Amino acid sequence: MDASLAKTPLFSWHAAHGGRMVDFAGWGMPVQYGSIVAEHQGVRTGVGLFDVSHMGRLAISGPLAGKLLETTLTRATADLGSGQIRYSLVTNGAGGILDDILAGRLPSGGDEWDELEGASHLLVVNASNREKIFRWLEAQAAAIERTAGSEVRVIDRTLDLAMIAVQGPKGVALVQSLAEMPQGGDPATMRYYHAAFGRVAGHAALISRTGYTGEDGFELIVPAASALPVWERLLASDPAAMACGLGCRDTLRMEAGMPLYGHELSESISPLDAGLDFAVNLEGREFPGADVLRKQRGAGLDRVRVGLELAGKRVPREQFPVLAGGETVGQVTSGTFSPTLDRPIAMAYVQPQVSQPGQELSVEIRGQEAAAKVVKLPFYKRPKAKA
Amino acid sequence: MSPEKLLYAKTHEWVSLENDGAARIATVGVSAFAVAALTDLVFMQLPPVGRQLSAGESFGEIESVKAVSDLYSPVDGEVVEVNQDLPNHLETLNTDPYGAGWLVRVRLTSEDSLRGLMDYATYQRQCDEEAH
Repeated sequence: MDASLAKTPLFSWHAAHGGRMVDFAGWGMPVQYGSIVAEHQGVRTGVGLFDVSHMGRLAISGPLAGKLLETTLTRATADLGSGQIRYSLVTNGAGGILDDILAGRLPSGGDEWDELEGASHLLVVNASNREKIFRWLEAQAAAIERTAGSEVRVIDRTLDLAMIAVQGPKGVALVQSLAEMPQGGDPATMRYYHAAFGRVAGHAALISRTGYTGEDGFELIVPAASALPVWERLLASDPAAMACGLGCRDTLRMEAGMPLYGHELSESISPLDAGLDFAVNLEGREFPGADVLRKQRGAGLDRVRVGLELAGKRVPREQFPVLAGGETVGQVTSGTFSPTLDRPIAMAYVQPQVSQPGQELSVEIRGQEAAAKVVKLPFYKRPKAKA
Repeated sequence: MSPEKLLYAKTHEWVSLENDGAARIATVGVSAFAVAALTDLVFMQLPPVGRQLSAGESFGEIESVKAVSDLYSPVDGEVVEVNQDLPNHLETLNTDPYGAGWLVRVRLTSEDSLRGLMDYATYQRQCDEEAH
């Protein structure tokens, strides 16, 4: 391990428990503890715990915090209710994706949090883009301050806070068993994409009904010093709870059809290319790249993000060509072997005329063509919870 | 087969040698260390019988959920037998990497390449270094 890598508060725990540590966006993170497939299935059938402290957490404060988000993000945030969260993109002036993020209006009850003092909003950004987005927001904030003459501050709280994802069908009950919520609230009745301040295992926690696995569950943001005791209590409180690495986080998000920055998303890809129209609100709004996206929405797309299922066992990987009748019609952006479907799957950008579900294509895997079929995303949808 | 008695390539293949009349036959497999490092195997491709191999040349591939790796021939020779069942029972590589998990048998055309192989103790030191 490179000594210069950043370490989350759980780094030593991972290393001491068989975590295979790798460099992920400059952080030393566990890719797996044992088998990626076993961890994947642990999340689909029980509950998995992920250290996602490497993700960036940016606190926004000041009278113009809402305006900063409203003029920076592709998605409307002015109407966010207390504790409400939205998935959004950050785009550059050309409409290219700088990052995909979660933007939330902080709920009430965070007064005891020095780390979030005065903040009204919190952004969770990708580890690889944290500094870029921080600088982008600062530049946007400076521009607003010049015109509006009031204050908005962006503070990078990544190192002050830790983040633990609790994901899987048994995740809600696990958090419920350890949580205390204000006014007798219950994590199990929290709505998706909502967060509340409470306590987990006696530690202050921002409890958020979000995740990146396709399962129900929570992401818990806690002060850095609380990370280890909260993690250990969660693990000890359900025999089904399993520490999970970034390897299965990737296979899980793939099955759930969720894009990953650096693969499906980049500065040369627009949110519309990526099929993320739901996160682009153009009407009556201005943000960097909005005009470009308006034109693109009118003109139509040159490429479409699709899911591919393959026959056989060979796994399509990033950058492998997608072919139709021997002609290249696209490129794979992520591929893996799906433990749930027991077959190779991929996401790819392909030309619009070959993007319909059912379309037969092939992927060139090290010089050989493997049959592939376009399928509707997501590949996997969790069974509806019993009423 | 006892792993202590095998020879090893830097690329984690093992070799067991036996005489067949005048010919020397090398049985080739992958080490338990390599299997553990790969984890979650999904696919393996082995060469056909009759293929001529040079030491260091890729003769097949082994794919896990995470990545694909080449298999490199530790010896010079001709493939005389292939473990045809193995690609359909990759779990054998976990349960018996030095026995039923063999990959190919190769009739040596030269013994020069054997000089580049390691004994068990030397290979263990390489694995210890890679694990840290």
